Amino acid sequence: MNIDWTHFTPWSSLSGGIILGVASALFILINGRVLGISGILGGLLPPKSGDTFWRIAFLAGMFAAPWIFNALAPSELITTPQIDADTVLLIIAGLLVGIGTRYGSGCTSGHGVCGLSRMSPRSLVATVSFMASGFLTVYLARHLF
Amino acid sequence: MLRVFEFLAGLLFGLGLILSGMTNPAKVLGFLDLFGQWDPSLAFVMGGAILVGIFAFTLAKKRTTNFFGGALHLPKASHIDKRLVIGSLMFGVGWGLAGFCPGPVLVSMAAGHEKALIFVIAMLVGMVGFEIAERTIRNKKA
Repeated sequence: MNIDWTHFTPWSSLSGGIILGVASALFILINGRVLGISGILGGLLPPKSGDTFWRIAFLAGMFAAPWIFNALAPSELITTPQIDADTVLLIIAGLLVGIGTRYGSGCTSGHGVCGLSRMSPRSLVATVSFMASGFLTVYLARHLF
Repeated sequence: MLRVFEFLAGLLFGLGLILSGMTNPAKVLGFLDLFGQWDPSLAFVMGGAILVGIFAFTLAKKRTTNFFGGALHLPKASHIDKRLVIGSLMFGVGWGLAGFCPGPVLVSMAAGHEKALIFVIAMLVGMVGFEIAERTIRNKKA
């Protein structure tokens, strides 16, 4: 294993992670729900009466985030994302993520952050599963094919 | 009721995703590339989030209501089944192919990246398709 020191950002990643933790903490203690993006989004497909507006408000906050970040953050923290996948790959990946997160009842936020924080064995199995297939997929894509 | 609180939680979550590097697929793939030039940064994202989360969920487990006296919906499911494992494995493959998971791709789409929009449309088609397939199977059994 070789560590990629040039791209390693321990401080901004740790601080960002702490912010994700704070948002998840506020969510369970104030809204009373686990902060899981695939679940919040999936609950709108289709929307159910009385269970819709808070989901839209949450998503609207997420949509505002990049604009507020770019307006307020110091320029050294603003990076341009690099998306290498082509259209076909994006469609295949998007379908897999959509089906997989609904079938497996969660994604990186619900199982990974919240599930591990509440020490759920079920979320641990889910997290180990998606990490393992993620590692394997990148291994196959970058080093075998 | 104005959902100011949920808006702010979404905003905070989005800012955390951007600062941590999760909204950059190249960085996510650098983390998943365990056998190449490995960038361990995202382990720090997970670590930082869980560090805070543990306290919150320990507190939540001791309560029966949220801070406003409303319901506290802690997940009750505890069974580990095929659905959980196969679904999560599928999700991981998609994550490893493009470097996007649901939260970051929504933020990236909002920032105006066309490729993120394509991914989001496919993801929504997958979610709706799954819902329809589930209902069809359930109705046949009923």
